[in-house]
Amino acid sequence: MSKEPIYLEKIQRSLVGRYRAERAFRGCGMLAVSLGLAAVLLVFVDIFIKGTGAFSATYIALDVTYEKDLLGIENLADQRQVNSGDWEALYKQALRRDFPDIRKRGERRKLYALVSSAAGYDIKDRLLANPGLLGSKETLWILADDDIDSYYKSWLDGNAYTARLTDGQIRVLDTLINTERMQLHFNANFLTRGDSREPEQAGIWGAVIGSFLTLMLTLVLSFPVGIAAAVYLEEFAPKNKVTDFIEVNINNLAAVPSIIFGLLGLAIFINLFQIPRSIPVVGGLVLAVMTLPTIIITSRAAIKSVPPSIREAALGMGASRNQMVLHHVLPLALPGMLTGAIIGMARALGETAPLLMIGMVAFIVDIPAGFMDPATVLPVQIFLWADSPERAFIEKTSAAIMVLLGFLVTMNISAVWLRKRLERRW
Amino acid sequence: MNTSATFGVGTPSESDFRDTRDGDMSDIGLTKGHVTVGSVEIQAAKITARGVNIFYGDKQAIHDVNVDIGKNQVIAMIGPSGCGKSTFLRSLNRMNDTIDGCKIEGDIRIDGEDLYSPKLDVVELRARVGMVFQKPNPFPKSIYDNVAYGPKIHGLAETRADLDEMVEKSLRRAGLWDEVKDRLFQAGTGLSGGQQQRLCIARAIAVSPEVILMDEPCSALDPIATARIEELIEELSHNFTIAIVTHNMQQAARVSQRTAYFHLGRLIEVNPTEQVFTNPEHSLTESYITGRFG
Repeated sequence: MSKEPIYLEKIQRSLVGRYRAERAFRGCGMLAVSLGLAAVLLVFVDIFIKGTGAFSATYIALDVTYEKDLLGIENLADQRQVNSGDWEALYKQALRRDFPDIRKRGERRKLYALVSSAAGYDIKDRLLANPGLLGSKETLWILADDDIDSYYKSWLDGNAYTARLTDGQIRVLDTLINTERMQLHFNANFLTRGDSREPEQAGIWGAVIGSFLTLMLTLVLSFPVGIAAAVYLEEFAPKNKVTDFIEVNINNLAAVPSIIFGLLGLAIFINLFQIPRSIPVVGGLVLAVMTLPTIIITSRAAIKSVPPSIREAALGMGASRNQMVLHHVLPLALPGMLTGAIIGMARALGETAPLLMIGMVAFIVDIPAGFMDPATVLPVQIFLWADSPERAFIEKTSAAIMVLLGFLVTMNISAVWLRKRLERRW
Repeated sequence: MNTSATFGVGTPSESDFRDTRDGDMSDIGLTKGHVTVGSVEIQAAKITARGVNIFYGDKQAIHDVNVDIGKNQVIAMIGPSGCGKSTFLRSLNRMNDTIDGCKIEGDIRIDGEDLYSPKLDVVELRARVGMVFQKPNPFPKSIYDNVAYGPKIHGLAETRADLDEMVEKSLRRAGLWDEVKDRLFQAGTGLSGGQQQRLCIARAIAVSPEVILMDEPCSALDPIATARIEELIEELSHNFTIAIVTHNMQQAARVSQRTAYFHLGRLIEVNPTEQVFTNPEHSLTESYITGRFG
């Protein structure tokens, strides 16, 4: 049966418009995606450029002589002598020898300030690890102060930043650079130490451990509770007003600003239950409460997506409700539940506001050893460093963001991987 | 008033039929107080249903159905879409319990035991009355695990060897053994549609039920797979009581000894299959089997 020509004409005419509309729609979509990608790329590139510097630090080569007299130590096994030893005297002596022209007290102090205040401890650790060196002489690469670090890195970029240095210091630095006694080394401190007021000594490890402990607790608390709640609501709860009320409230909770959960934690966990402030326990509790609605909602969606035919098959075989859920529904819903949990965890990992309310914003140098030790977490560490005036903290902030992003990306990739892997079983 | 619109499972529309909400059904040969014609009662009944009414919320899906299902017989339930035959079938092993708002009145007994008595355990009932569904629904597990599931949860097998034997026996009876014996531990969902349905039958018979309910078991299968299932039903009927819902009248004629014709939630006629298809008692049955509607 052929169409009348007039219809064909009309169809052909309308086709032009339809294809145009489709092209326009696709164009809009692609534009939106490209804008989003460009924004993300811009942020990532900016952070990357600013942050990579933090993974290297400036070191100065000094000829250190481990003189017993200078240290005031006869026997390295004697703890009291070691503790009272004048370890800073070693690098000060080396600097004086290298720059004998500098004699005025004020200038000398400026000279000593080129080296990080942690240098004495580094030398001590070095000698205690190799006691045979006592009395001998060696060339040591000693950590420079953060101002020197900023100067050297900016000097390498061709635009030296001199605002925090005196002319005398700059002359000394130029000498060191010209004699190749100043170098960038990998900054292990950044990855192994806790926070510090001195940027060159500040590290991310304390915050990483704090985040880890807090998230462990969050996961352990919120995942089982969330899944139990989801299974009960979806499979066992009677469909009535009370259940509806609970459902509405869970959805509302998921939308509550996170700082409110922080206030809740402050009022209940700290004020009422007298849990100490700033510790991963209270952080984990607060984040667990905050993550719970997300996990419940995603888990319920996962349970809902299990096909009814599987439930019917199980019930038809004479499985009890419990067996149906445990043998069939849960295994099939698990990938979705895990994805939800990991996304919830990723959100909790990046959460700052509620932790500010419960004191995890404190300045903590020590790396937490357990759930009851005061700790800070990665996003709060970023917040703290971003707030610090020292120029060297700019790159630390960006580097900390890189570490945080690294964890987030890892978690999200593992969520996708886990889901693929578990789903592919059949 | 029993004149509200009727709905069947999964077919919430009665567009094929005239609206009966005005209460006048006489023009299609159906009276309000319709009494099933034919032989409702038979000797050696396995299941007896008396005065069964089923409601989904306010909607009545089944009106006053009385029927016996004979032991080791196949009864076919036919009728147009939405006539309630699936709903009635599902009430025989209480699968309707899982549907919110579904209410059942009347008396259904298996070997004289009240199906809906509070004393009866629904899990035990479903071990006695197995079910095969419209769409093949194997568990997303291996072929072996699919068949072994029932014996496992009911604790029927003492040893692994027992279980292996049960699985093999069930698969053999379902005519699937030769096709799957080399890949028992591969996914059941990887089989073809017809094989999947036979797997579901093997799964159902693994717990040796007394009755097997089949809800349009061939509607998703091609003619060859359908023929195999029909052969299987024929074989199984020597040992099991089978109730099968079907849209395929030739199938009903081929596999069943008795046929029940449902229309708008009422059981119009029950008679030996041969009689239903050659000499139906009721004019509605005749209209349906001659293809005037449905």
